[in-house]
Amino acid sequence: MSVSRFWRKIPQRYNLVGTKCTTCGRHFFPPRSLCPECRRSGNIVDHKFTGEGTVVTYTVIRSASDQFEHTTPYVLAIVELDEGPRLTTQIACTPEEAKIGMRVKSVFRRITADGESGTIHYGTKFVPAE
Amino acid sequence: MRDVAVIGVGCTEFGEHWSTSFRDLFVKAGALALEDAGVTGEKIDALYVGNMSAGRFVEQEHIGALIADYAGLASNNIPSTRVEAACASGGLAFRQAVIAVASGMEDIVVAAGVEKMTDVGTGASVDMLASAADREWEGFAGATFPGLYAMIANDYMNRYPLTREQLAQVAVKNHEHGAKNPIAQFRNRITVDTVLSSSLVADPLRLFDCSPITDGAAAVVVVPLERAREFTDSPVKVLASAQASDTISLHDRRDISTLDATVAAGRRAFAQAGLTHKDIDLLEVHDCFTIAEICAIEDLGFCKKGEAGKLTEEGATALGGEIPVNTSGGLKACGHPVGATGIKQICEVVSQLRGEAAGRQVDAEVGMTHNVGGTGATVVVHILGA
Repeated sequence: MSVSRFWRKIPQRYNLVGTKCTTCGRHFFPPRSLCPECRRSGNIVDHKFTGEGTVVTYTVIRSASDQFEHTTPYVLAIVELDEGPRLTTQIACTPEEAKIGMRVKSVFRRITADGESGTIHYGTKFVPAE
Repeated sequence: MRDVAVIGVGCTEFGEHWSTSFRDLFVKAGALALEDAGVTGEKIDALYVGNMSAGRFVEQEHIGALIADYAGLASNNIPSTRVEAACASGGLAFRQAVIAVASGMEDIVVAAGVEKMTDVGTGASVDMLASAADREWEGFAGATFPGLYAMIANDYMNRYPLTREQLAQVAVKNHEHGAKNPIAQFRNRITVDTVLSSSLVADPLRLFDCSPITDGAAAVVVVPLERAREFTDSPVKVLASAQASDTISLHDRRDISTLDATVAAGRRAFAQAGLTHKDIDLLEVHDCFTIAEICAIEDLGFCKKGEAGKLTEEGATALGGEIPVNTSGGLKACGHPVGATGIKQICEVVSQLRGEAAGRQVDAEVGMTHNVGGTGATVVVHILGA
């Protein structure tokens, strides 16, 4: 991912900042700038999520793209945040620990890097909360 | 709107074509389709090409013009349009051709699909295919395409009665069909053990649950039904053409294990054709992974959610079964050159309806195709009738 493309969403990626529609109360992560419910009558503001959630489904990636190959195997999951929205994320746990329905909380982690001398991409992963 | 018919089909062999270029693959499929249709190049009014990612696989954009040029049509100056919807690019190119003819804008139109995937390594391919999902919020986290479908499989198996063996039987069945298809990438038969002893790619999916990386091209010729008899004694009528969209990301879906776009496109197609499930004699579905075939059969309404595994185990979806699914070998065994797959599905159903499918022939009058982009963000469904 290019530097500008990554940099643009640093607050969102580092701190789990999404958005909220103050018209209907729906929360969004990944952030949306248009509410699918209210469309143009929606009012979107930033919202920082608590980072607590539940694993909806997961897998263990054994074969990855070149960028992630050195980190395999890793647990990839869809997590439902307590505020409602779902996101795709890694769970920093062993393959054996991962379970559907397990409670997780967000942590700040290194995600990947553009080669040995390129940008290091940090972001949010989740860890078991219990 | 005018009725539309397919009058010719052509498909290259699917596989690893080290010595054949992107453009030569297309030219071969196009020539086969025109020969089959009995149409000469100068009669073509327009061209639609389905292609997912030539820009990244072979570093070539502007595919519409390139293809028209190397098909020998540059001096005719016909409109040539590239259509992209990830793995549904082919199905969507066919739909655009059907719309062009149905509307009366064009008469003789070629719809084609082409993908040249083996010029890059596997890691690079995996990364490119992941761009069919949300690059910023799925790919960034390390999601691969098998990984996303594996999460569908895990969710599905947590909620419905599907065994790991039943999932493997989808691949076994599709290899059995592929063994009877001369263009299939894999013409070898496999067993449940082959699948279960292959390496894990993304739990619970193993190597033999996944469609391969493939080079290939396919093309069809469509005309107004009223003109079809000028070219062939066995035109195949397009009874329905439907398309639907859903969220780009799997995590935003209403239900992880149901492709709502498949449900919507399927319903629209049945309504357009005025047909029911009982009228469909064969089905080509988008089995990019074994779990995808299970979901497709259910989401198109051929059985209830949770029943497709049992149907597969009982042989209902195999050749000779109640509703043969993926007689071509599907994406799993026939191969999956992403932009070409949707057109290949049309080619297979047309061959079946014309009684030209040799060792894998089904007694069929009506067939359905189902082509998926991404994890279900685009779905294209067609119904064809003899």
